[in-house]
Amino acid sequence: MPRHKSFVLSAEILEIDLELSLAQLCEACDVEGDDIVLLVEAGVLEPSGDSRGHWRFAGASLQRARRALRLQQDLGLNVAGAALALDLIDEMNRLREELRRRGDG
Amino acid sequence: MKYQDYYATMGVQRNATAQEIRRAYQKLARKYHPDVSKEADAEARFKAVGEAYAVLKDPEKRAAYDQLGANWKAGQDFQAPPGWNAGFEFRGADTGEGMQFDASDFFDSLFGRGFGGTGARSAGSRAAHARDHHARILIDIEDAWQGGVHRYTLQLPEVDPDGRLQMKQHVVDVRIPKGVKQGQHLRLSGLGAPEGTAASGGDLYLEVGFKPHPLYRAEGHDLYMELPVAPWEAALGASIKVPTPAGAVELKVPAGSAAGSRMRLKGRGLPGPEPGDLYAILRIAVPPANSAKAREFYARMKEEFDFNPRSHMGV
Repeated sequence: MPRHKSFVLSAEILEIDLELSLAQLCEACDVEGDDIVLLVEAGVLEPSGDSRGHWRFAGASLQRARRALRLQQDLGLNVAGAALALDLIDEMNRLREELRRRGDG
Repeated sequence: MKYQDYYATMGVQRNATAQEIRRAYQKLARKYHPDVSKEADAEARFKAVGEAYAVLKDPEKRAAYDQLGANWKAGQDFQAPPGWNAGFEFRGADTGEGMQFDASDFFDSLFGRGFGGTGARSAGSRAAHARDHHARILIDIEDAWQGGVHRYTLQLPEVDPDGRLQMKQHVVDVRIPKGVKQGQHLRLSGLGAPEGTAASGGDLYLEVGFKPHPLYRAEGHDLYMELPVAPWEAALGASIKVPTPAGAVELKVPAGSAAGSRMRLKGRGLPGPEPGDLYAILRIAVPPANSAKAREFYARMKEEFDFNPRSHMGV
């Protein structure tokens, strides 16, 4: 087995292993805190913790936040519109999954 | 460089009003948005639409583009005539809706990278936009299946001595967690990249994609593969050897199996708390009639079988 001198970077799966603070999520999405707060108020993201400073976001929030932000930017949606679109897309994917399962009979 | 027919891309007439163009954009952007669409080429179509709209929504750019004439065909070899845009001034940053896209060469040659805020951000400047904490990583399905250390080349933004951001390649060894799925993100802490790397100090998030695999296609934690079987194996049933990421296993094909039917190998997909399944989709492979003996055999089948595969079509 080849050995490399360089050290090995450890990688964690964000969606499974990790939680993010508001600051970390902002940095990862490259947006300001207010943009994320709007997503929380619209129910797109559901952090645990009682106040902004204590919010903890599940790892899957990153993907969801970025999708919501992209939809807003690319399609000119407001936060509520992006939230609705995400819900419908999720529902559609759930139904597709269900359809596939039934296909196996 | 290929000429781009922005009107055809948007599906509007050359004399379309600004309102018609805006409507066409809205419709197409919704249809092909990569977060919404399931179509395979959605991302490419979405980019093309974004580029077309960036030109056609801007009266100056549209007039300049129109001046090239209506006789060009999409894909035709194109060179911008010298001084073609004299008298036009492309100005002002774009605001409002519309995506940032990776511009085609055609767009760049006409509207240029030099025009600040033309609405197009090329791949380089898009990266420069930010302390970019994202990169995409393509891994082999086997790497996800077994985990372990693998070597990858990442494009990371880096500050050069003049303070400009540039994309630099980094070769890194990453320990891939077993069972990672497409679309998930890996967080690399302790990136250890050289001083001045834009991502240093923060964590780097890698969105995982799978390289195309000759056998398997991943959906979530399930894997799919096409499994060729001989006509007699499908008709009479057979116990056959099939590949899985963990090595070959025996699979019982029931008698009377039809092409397209799916067989599930439970737990043979990607590993995890809930391991995925491996689905084999049967394809009936027809032996070639490439010898006198084989042709004779097929001719006898034609005699022996009273078989019309199109009877359900009423012909």
